[in-house]
Amino acid sequence: MGKLFDRLNEDYRFREGLNACINCGTCTAICPAAEFYKYDPRIITDTVQSKNEEAIEELLKGDTIWYCGECMSCVTRCPRKNAPGLIIMALRSLSMDTGLFIHSEKGRQQYALTVALNNNILNYGYCVYPRTFKYKSHPEYGPVGKWIEENLEAVHKKVGSNLDGDGPGILRKIPDEDLKELKDIFDATGATKRMETIEMYSIERAKALGMSREEYLNHIFTTTLKEHHR
Amino acid sequence: MNINGKKKIWSEYQKEIPEDHYFYVRSCIRQNFFPASEKLFLEIVRERLSLDFFETEHHTTCGGIAYHSDTIPQETVMTIVARQFALMTEAGYKNYVASCITSFGLYTEILDTWHHFPELESKIRDYLWKTTKREFQKPEYLAHASDVVYKLRNKIASQAKYKLVNKDTGEPLKVVEHIGCHYSKMFPSKGVGGAEYPYVLTGMIEAWGGEIVDYPERRHCCGFGFRQYLVQANRGYSISNTHKKFESMAPFKPDMIITNCPGCPYFLDRWQYVIKEMEGKTYGENGEGIPVFTYEEVAGLVLGYDPWYLGMQMHQTAVEPLLDKIGIKYNKEEKYLL
Ligand code: SF4
Ligand code: SF4
Repeated sequence: MGKLFDRLNEDYRFREGLNACINCGTCTAICPAAEFYKYDPRIITDTVQSKNEEAIEELLKGDTIWYCGECMSCVTRCPRKNAPGLIIMALRSLSMDTGLFIHSEKGRQQYALTVALNNNILNYGYCVYPRTFKYKSHPEYGPVGKWIEENLEAVHKKVGSNLDGDGPGILRKIPDEDLKELKDIFDATGATKRMETIEMYSIERAKALGMSREEYLNHIFTTTLKEHHR
Repeated sequence: MNINGKKKIWSEYQKEIPEDHYFYVRSCIRQNFFPASEKLFLEIVRERLSLDFFETEHHTTCGGIAYHSDTIPQETVMTIVARQFALMTEAGYKNYVASCITSFGLYTEILDTWHHFPELESKIRDYLWKTTKREFQKPEYLAHASDVVYKLRNKIASQAKYKLVNKDTGEPLKVVEHIGCHYSKMFPSKGVGGAEYPYVLTGMIEAWGGEIVDYPERRHCCGFGFRQYLVQANRGYSISNTHKKFESMAPFKPDMIITNCPGCPYFLDRWQYVIKEMEGKTYGENGEGIPVFTYEEVAGLVLGYDPWYLGMQMHQTAVEPLLDKIGIKYNKEEKYLL
């Protein structure tokens, strides 16, 4: 048994997600990602159960493991109680830990996600926070979204939020002592390390492309190849 | 009594939902996009029904969106969740209610994983103690906020000012319900009605006078897909899946959509606007969209709250066609008044 499989098997999600796959394809039939991308969760499950190290390495380097939307629709349907969505989560974690994510376009997007989401958590205590959710990068927010952004305090006041206020309530300011606890949790449980790993590989790649950090972030956030799609 | 078909399956998935004494945690997405829904939830349970729902300012994101975008490891999200449980324990509560499907699914998954791997639970308890000096009891009961509204649906109906009925025809309104994948697709027994025939929203709609539309893609994902929306380059995934749902429901001519999840109403609302901009296509009557609501917003309308008090000016797809069908009074000029 090779090394990558062993590392996958250390992940509780992998152990919960992989039983014997009978290659029935039910997961693929129900999968929203498989309709949009050239993606087949059945093949992912079958590949990892083969324990073929080379094939697993190809998965970790490739785009396909990043196509899943983690909706877990496959979990309900699999007749053998596999969870392709959980297997994907284990593969993604290993791809980031090993630095192999940097080989694929969809993997490289993790940098943009990590910067946006993790900084929201560490700075504000929210995954999504209205002062960093911008109409410019979310045009589908629509004219109403633009109006909300331009009148953020007034709109939230009108509908009863406690935006950046003290005490409990909607969008309250999360006290500094609580943010400190989140930071300590990040440091102790591997989130900070993951951020540093992704940052290191991404900055290296940006340099190789002759881009600044901001240019690179913008590039991976907005650019994709059509060949991913069906 | 002979209960057959769907009714029998539903009956196997009924949960015993406590009515009172909850520790309440908020949803990041809903606070951003449907803030008034959380305001209304607490107002209904606390003020109208005199129930005990406690909130502390010290709770934070559960980390669920980051976890499902794979930007934080499993042990991180588990420790953040353990911290939330510690806050519940410190406040003296045993029932935990989340205003978010992603959170609810995550809590369910974590409790199940700890059950299978107790050594992991011990490890997380160590992490929590080392980082915060906190300890926790696991909740005795874990609810999603819609479970509570489901439980209270008949009490809400008894105070209702309006019914989900077309005022001109007297017919029940045709309602599409969208559950949100993480409510029960992973752990069907944890959701009212299970994964095949979730009843949580259906029960509300039936109690409030409407009629549920069954359509082929009823259980299809709204298209959020975490990284598939959050990264701009991937949003084709998100809108394509929403598009698929609308194409599938359109022949049934729904009057409205009720949603369970934080993200789903945002996507079903916003992508209708984008489809209109891109293709000129609309799914409601008279070139309008199909109005999309959270379950609290629907409860609020039924109870006679002002739509702008309920935050419906924050929707992109106009809600007025639905208000007019029911005959709800509102002031057009006040919609965007600040
Ligand atoms: S979790 Fe991933 S693989 Fe499973 S159905 Fe959803 S998108 Fe497909
Ligand atoms: S549904 Fe289950 S058994 Fe069938 S191909 Fe997918 S993972 Fe394998």
